[in-house]
Amino acid sequence: MKLGLVVDLDTCVGCHGCATACKQWNTSGTIGPLSDENPYGKDPNGAWLNRIRTYEVDDSPNSKTVNMPLSCMHCDNAACVTVCPTGASYKREEDGIVLVDQDKCMGCNLCSWACPYGARELDPGQGTMKKCTLCVDRIYDESLPEDERKPACVMTCPTKSRVFGDFDDPNSEVSQLVRDRAGKQLMPELGYNPVNTYLPPRNKPVVQTYEPKSVVATVKGWVNKVIAR
Amino acid sequence: MHPAFSVLVFTVMSGAGYGLMTLMIIGHLAGLPQLLDSSVLLSGGILSLALITGGLLSSTLHLANPKNAWRSFSRFKTSWLSREAVFAVLFYPFALAYLAAVYLNGAEVTGLGLLSGIATAVLAMVTLFCTSMIYASLKTIRQWNSSLTPVNYIALGLMSGSLLLAAVQALVGDGASTSLTSLALTLVVLGATCKLIYLFWIGKPAGSTINTATGFTQASVRLLDQGHTSNGFLNNEFGYTVEANRLVRLRLLMLGLAFVVPFLLILAANTALLVIAAASAIAGLLVERWLFFAEARHVVRLFHGDQTV
Repeated sequence: MKLGLVVDLDTCVGCHGCATACKQWNTSGTIGPLSDENPYGKDPNGAWLNRIRTYEVDDSPNSKTVNMPLSCMHCDNAACVTVCPTGASYKREEDGIVLVDQDKCMGCNLCSWACPYGARELDPGQGTMKKCTLCVDRIYDESLPEDERKPACVMTCPTKSRVFGDFDDPNSEVSQLVRDRAGKQLMPELGYNPVNTYLPPRNKPVVQTYEPKSVVATVKGWVNKVIAR
Repeated sequence: MHPAFSVLVFTVMSGAGYGLMTLMIIGHLAGLPQLLDSSVLLSGGILSLALITGGLLSSTLHLANPKNAWRSFSRFKTSWLSREAVFAVLFYPFALAYLAAVYLNGAEVTGLGLLSGIATAVLAMVTLFCTSMIYASLKTIRQWNSSLTPVNYIALGLMSGSLLLAAVQALVGDGASTSLTSLALTLVVLGATCKLIYLFWIGKPAGSTINTATGFTQASVRLLDQGHTSNGFLNNEFGYTVEANRLVRLRLLMLGLAFVVPFLLILAANTALLVIAAASAIAGLLVERWLFFAEARHVVRLFHGDQTV
């Protein structure tokens, strides 16, 4: 099994709902608290496992706003695991989820340096590294109804832009989406082989822009509309 | 990259300590007459151990959760940081055995002194190499992910070690010796050459861009909003930016303090000036290490709006 997420950049509206749901679930989850520093003060800081950035792609009139949520990609080639000196970071054999054992981490930051996606953040309160667990404490929880055994971010997404599934199964929803919509990995040149895949926005017709005409041309246009030839 | 002061102190001090120990042992075992003096060997050895121990203790200061530091010996197979920790600890028994042999038998080379001396010199260089590979192995930082990184760490460690060795020999022994000062002179030139090659090399644009980071490779991409109103861990750790003018000034200061001043002072071959040369080189190397971090640009910066790294 190779579990991961597909993020649809066509439909993501950048509401930050996934990040908030993630923080809410995981602050009392298996890697427990995601502490905040100065939460109501001038410069709040804290550990988040999911961040949403907004980009403008291409130039006007073809420009498009793209919201890009970034969390751990659960890479096949996870350098954050190999650089870890304590063995706190590990990748699970059975489903490919990358986790941090909070009891072993010494807070040296080296894994966050090895991660190209900014997926790891040091908890300011605990001094240990925090990262996306793919809600490992939800997806296998048999006390939850079966359709709720998904990561909190996927459950909450109002536009269904996040899809969770097994990339090893060619018939899973995620594999089909990647095939049909030409899913992309981010920074493939570094060779980390990230599992999470991003679906590029669909091509839409270009909106016609208003081009000012001269007064004579405008009047000619009106006359042509009124007089039938 | 944010330059953590404890890591700067660690890499410079332990580099100088390992360089000093290695050169001293090689000189001693090769029978260099100025080093056939047990008081020089013992003072050099103690200074080296003090620098290395101080550096290693300083390195633990940047850990956010140091109570788990003992676990860092456990991933020798994959992690350069783990390898460094293992070799750094393995170095001590051999170094102490070598110094004990010198203490008991004087400067005469004995079987114990020879074997432990060779092991100490090899372990010192291996540890220094492992330290440099922590940085050189990171594909996320183009300015570090190069064979020039270990070359620089080893060249500069040997350079500062040779300056310390010349200074210690001049202080404890009978004045400045030509063979040790010419060794220091050679290594200063070599160190400066390696550093200049590195500075030219990192000036070349290459690597990932905001386009490969976001996957939009056929159009321009600009950051509109980073998604949070105040800086978080990623901004503080990777967003460190130095003004270009200040960078040029610091590079000149570094080249002056680390290479030019020691070079000129060694030529004078005077005991007091040799001590100042070593101190100047250490100060210069602290600036050099600060720049090594400050000029390194992590690819996460692309997600925060940088067009290239």
